[in-house]
Amino acid sequence: MNTSIAKKSALTAAGVLVAVIFLIPYARMFTTALTPKAELYSIPAEYLPTWFDFSNFITVWDSAPIASYIVNTLIIAGAATVVVLLVAVPAAYYLARFRFKSRNLILLLVLATQMFAPTSMVIGIYREFVALGLVNTYTSLILVNAAFNLAFSVWILSGFFSSIPAEVEEAAMLDGCSRIKVLRTITLPLALPGLLTAIIFTFISAWNEFVIALTLTSSPEIRPLTVGITGFIGLYEVQWHYVFAVSLIAIIPVVILFISIEKWLVSGLTAGSIK
Amino acid sequence: MKKILAGPIPWVGPMLILIFTVVLWPVFEMVRTSVLEISGSGKEKGFVGLENYQELLANPNLVGAFARTISWVVIVVALTIFISLFLAQLLNAEFPGRRYVRWALIVPWASSVIMTATSFRWMLDGYYGILNRILLDLGLVDEQVEWLGNPESSFPMLIAVAVFVSLPFTTFVLLAGLQTVPGELYEAARVDGATPWKAYFGITFPLLRTSLFVATVINLINVFNQFPIIWVMTQGGPGYETDTTTTLMYKLAFKSQEVGQSAALSVLNFAVILVFVLIYLRASGFSKKEEN
Repeated sequence: MNTSIAKKSALTAAGVLVAVIFLIPYARMFTTALTPKAELYSIPAEYLPTWFDFSNFITVWDSAPIASYIVNTLIIAGAATVVVLLVAVPAAYYLARFRFKSRNLILLLVLATQMFAPTSMVIGIYREFVALGLVNTYTSLILVNAAFNLAFSVWILSGFFSSIPAEVEEAAMLDGCSRIKVLRTITLPLALPGLLTAIIFTFISAWNEFVIALTLTSSPEIRPLTVGITGFIGLYEVQWHYVFAVSLIAIIPVVILFISIEKWLVSGLTAGSIK
Repeated sequence: MKKILAGPIPWVGPMLILIFTVVLWPVFEMVRTSVLEISGSGKEKGFVGLENYQELLANPNLVGAFARTISWVVIVVALTIFISLFLAQLLNAEFPGRRYVRWALIVPWASSVIMTATSFRWMLDGYYGILNRILLDLGLVDEQVEWLGNPESSFPMLIAVAVFVSLPFTTFVLLAGLQTVPGELYEAARVDGATPWKAYFGITFPLLRTSLFVATVINLINVFNQFPIIWVMTQGGPGYETDTTTTLMYKLAFKSQEVGQSAALSVLNFAVILVFVLIYLRASGFSKKEEN
């Protein structure tokens, strides 16, 4: 009994230590975002400012088109997620349910795209979209984010679809349901954890994407937040309090989103890794 | 049934279109660009064969960047996997507050790497950084240290940040793997008198094989292509002293306007990442298992 209490406290202590380490950069972001400008550049640094300047969170909106950056990020990440779902769900379903001639070839192709990171192909992507006349448009960023997150979603979703017995669907079809209706009313609800995992992964990855947006955008009207934020990082001076105020505005909603699927996160990854 | 489904085309067709137009076209474009001469403004000036590759190989910064990339990938991935094995074990154990520790681990995963790296750059700043203050207060240093000012200290710092941002995903993949291990196996092992270490290496580790494989391959690819950390913290500097081939490629294209050389480096990068993954597949014996 005593040993189990000792063990639990040791585990909790280790847990607290781990949590603190992982939160350090964000805690520093938070205190810096609330530091008055006059105290930002004290040497050596102070642990906390003498007073918290909450107005940083308000004045930052006037110093850059933050609202427009946020809207751009939402449009790009939201549309990319919708495209991934529309494209990945039918493909993953068919690949999980049916064996056909070129199936292995297609699976290999999907796996291969997982190896292609947009960063390593930035030249090719840039030149393609210059040729298509789509530089500095939402379309190019939506397509790139969708295409490079496709493989992961297909992988997770087909894992979920294969884990649902085909007999469940066949029974419903014997009762006169069409394949599409079965998919909509039985299969998709059963694969909900997989769908949520795919949705949130795609959304967050597009929300955080940087290199392609840096290369393909040239005006603040299109620019997402990740690129917009670098505007505060000048050649000689960085407006740290603004950088981190905006960072927190960007980070907090996605962290909440991510934590809301924490329950499914592990099962989502399990289904994927069994396959 | 086949009739209703109308074959695979309507189901997998859109996916193939997206892959071909947005993933494979740039690959083709990249290879094509690597054998063309491109002017600073992006105009094609004709076929030059392997000239871009020759110029690239003569680039004095290539060898250093290449060597750094190899140590970067090997050290970051090895440290990430090693630490994640402990973290996954911790997060799989039952203790009060476990849920909140998992949440804390999610924060760096959900956050943009660019923002996390910016916070590290600020904390490591030579004048205004909190790390120097802490070390001064603890008496571990006598004066402010410019952590990111010289490659001897900045490269290890970049590695530490890369490990930091890679840990959450890796830990959760391994945690997912741990949860597929049936508890009865441990009961049986305990009845047979196995020590915890024996149980770990005899039961847990072999069953984690698939998760470890997935985590390692995804990390290899991500770490190799890691750009924002280096870009935000040092821009590959001072000079080219902390560049990997990925940041060097970007600098060639968008700073020095050497588009052809940059495309040639992208092609070489591809070859390198392929070799990394193949070596790993070979070493882990995974491809053999797939064949059987």
